[in-house]
Amino acid sequence: MRISRRILAGLATASLAVTATSCGGGGTSGSFDDTVTVGILHSLSGTMAISESTLVDTEKMAIEEINAAGGVTVGGKSYKIEYIVEDGASDWPTFAEKSKKLIDQDGVPVVFGGWTSASRKAMLPVYESKDAFLYYPIQYEAQECSNNIFYTGATPNQQSEPATDFMYKRSPAAGGDFFLVGSDYVFPRTSNTITKAQVKQLGGKVVGEDYLPLGNTEVAPIISKIKKALPEGGIIINTLNGDQNVAFFKQIQDAGITPSSGYYVMNYSIAEEEISTIGPEFLEGHYGAWNYMMSIDTPASKKFAASFKKRWGADRVVADPQESAYNMVYLWKQAVEDAGTFDDNAVREALVGQKFDAPQGPVEVMPNHHLSQTVRIGEINAEGGFTILEETGVVLPQAWNQKHPSSKGFACDWTDPSKGEKYKL
Amino acid sequence: MELLLDSLFNGVAIGSVLLVAALGLAIVFGLMGVINLAHGELMMLGAYTTYVTQLIFKLPILKPFYNSYIIVSIFLAFIVSGVVGILLEKTIIRKLYGSPLETLLATWGVSLILQQFVRSVPLAYGTGLVISLLIGLFLPTTFPSKIKESINFKYIKFSSWIFATLTGVLTGSLISSSVSKLSRASARNVDVTAPSWMRGQVEIIGTAFPKTRLMIIVITLISVIAITLFLNQSAWGMRIRAVTQNRQMSDCLGISTEKVDIITFGIGSGLAGVAGVAVSLLGSVGPNVGGNYIVGCFMVVVLGGVGNLLGTVLASFGIGIMTDLIGAGRLLSIWPDMPLPLSNTINFFATTSMARVMIFALIVIFLQFKPTGLFPQKGRMVEN
Repeated sequence: MRISRRILAGLATASLAVTATSCGGGGTSGSFDDTVTVGILHSLSGTMAISESTLVDTEKMAIEEINAAGGVTVGGKSYKIEYIVEDGASDWPTFAEKSKKLIDQDGVPVVFGGWTSASRKAMLPVYESKDAFLYYPIQYEAQECSNNIFYTGATPNQQSEPATDFMYKRSPAAGGDFFLVGSDYVFPRTSNTITKAQVKQLGGKVVGEDYLPLGNTEVAPIISKIKKALPEGGIIINTLNGDQNVAFFKQIQDAGITPSSGYYVMNYSIAEEEISTIGPEFLEGHYGAWNYMMSIDTPASKKFAASFKKRWGADRVVADPQESAYNMVYLWKQAVEDAGTFDDNAVREALVGQKFDAPQGPVEVMPNHHLSQTVRIGEINAEGGFTILEETGVVLPQAWNQKHPSSKGFACDWTDPSKGEKYKL
Repeated sequence: MELLLDSLFNGVAIGSVLLVAALGLAIVFGLMGVINLAHGELMMLGAYTTYVTQLIFKLPILKPFYNSYIIVSIFLAFIVSGVVGILLEKTIIRKLYGSPLETLLATWGVSLILQQFVRSVPLAYGTGLVISLLIGLFLPTTFPSKIKESINFKYIKFSSWIFATLTGVLTGSLISSSVSKLSRASARNVDVTAPSWMRGQVEIIGTAFPKTRLMIIVITLISVIAITLFLNQSAWGMRIRAVTQNRQMSDCLGISTEKVDIITFGIGSGLAGVAGVAVSLLGSVGPNVGGNYIVGCFMVVVLGGVGNLLGTVLASFGIGIMTDLIGAGRLLSIWPDMPLPLSNTINFFATTSMARVMIFALIVIFLQFKPTGLFPQKGRMVEN
């Protein structure tokens, strides 16, 4: 009943949004030779709108920055970037439909879009069949490598693996047992399969795992299981989604599962934005792992946070997904300028090897269409931010995870025609 | 012993969340036979009321009483959801009695409207609107009958609504100017933080229990006792039961069935608001919070037997205890060395997702044998 309600709600809002968002943007300026229009496709209505609208804001900001610095220069001509924003309405088929519209009707050379894995899986066949190009900015479960998608978020080996390593070796609960909690869908299940394999390799023990069906906020059975499995405290890996985190942290704190009694939670889906929603008083002392954290003390990071606040309001925060979205716009611009054309195939070739001084530090596009990134482990503090504890060097992305039993020994390389999507190492 | 106590407490804790959520529906659906799909959204309004009350109690004037805001919000939530429920009854549901399918569609539409309402209207003005409704609906009834007779009632109503609108706008802008968080519309989920005396644990007979859970159990118990007393002891309660059993006959005997309908629906909706306060203590408050509970509510009412409060109570606690027993794999701790195939089966179902599947399956099987639930009762549903 709930699902059908959502879909209908989505349809209703989608039809409204079509009339509301079918406008271009970018401001006006006279010093360009020509314009190029790109597509932005995120949910502006429905349950995902809260998260995805922050990406639209960031992408708009990146485009405005590029335009202010002279636009994109291709073949000696300067192009001003304009954009069409479409609403995916938190409804996965709508993402596919809007992608078709952007590619066929508007003829955009590139689409920046998506958040959930479900939306990406829905869009993938569209981009592959039309040989178009999608830039996808979210940390995800990997196990996918398309020639037509460029992934700027972290793969599990760029987030969960260093985090598990930290928890087992260097956290206050080092050497303790693991309990895995997640929402019941593809990302937590894949991520936990990888974590289980890794914990086994490290010599640790996973003493329990449980998945909360999406929308369910009754955590009591999970709490009694955690207490039974970890009576003296231990490590909890949390991949719950969205507002289920609120229920989880409120209830475990009431049940005495806190850092002060020896329970440390490592989170893969809680960034600055989520901390302020859940409340730092529930999260203080637990951990998070990301490529970008707002508290990174470098000029690039500070500039990114400051321009976002200046553009969208002083109370706004930036987080890892936004940083990935910001990077991908710049990487596309560099690749287009290197290729000297907006043509998909040439841009795709020019893209691999692009380097960019991102707010998180230097990133580089790898032959598997993912980014090499820095991984950071942070402790959540009372101010609602992360205190960065550790920083890895640059970690190369694995599209096919080397710890997951189904993909061990495989890799992806689009620069070599004989290798492609999935080849044996 | 400790295990048993722990398990029993968990079962009761889960059950009382189900029960407090389903109690209002047990009245609206059980006694009146109205399939109210907006029940979850009335809960959501209760949860948002808690949030607004919390913020208002953070103002300097009320700051000393901050710790008691949760108690105040229980009453406010009852009133807010009750008023919206009465409006719903007066405008939509009244015209649809006896046509369940249309009621279902109409209330579903209302639920969508209410969800979008909290997304796109600043909560300060939402509060103002509710205050307007409250005054507009109830002010005319407070005039002494002498005045009502001497002046045309239409004028009283009209002037009351003008006064109501003005007061609503005024309080709306007052709240909006003093609490900045309420002055902007936002689809973002918000958070209700329990006052410090309600956080943490309390130790009873050597076992630690979370205080918020105890609070929810207390809220549930009080609601159940109050509603039982009301239905069985008060004059209006008897009228409600009379109308439930035989509407035509009650009408003939001079009971105003129209008034009974309004009161019944208002109380059912108000209880949904109280449930909203309870669930706001457990998770976050957002436009979709009601949708998470509505299926469970109907499940409990149907399993308990439509039209019977005792059935609803037993069904909730039954489901709660089963959820804990299956979902936390309790049988394994009671009987650790059971045969392997059995323990494997129990382990398989000992996750939250699978426990849910198992419970739904058990309910379906149960309803095959007793399609009218635990305690079937003759009511309006049966007559029709």
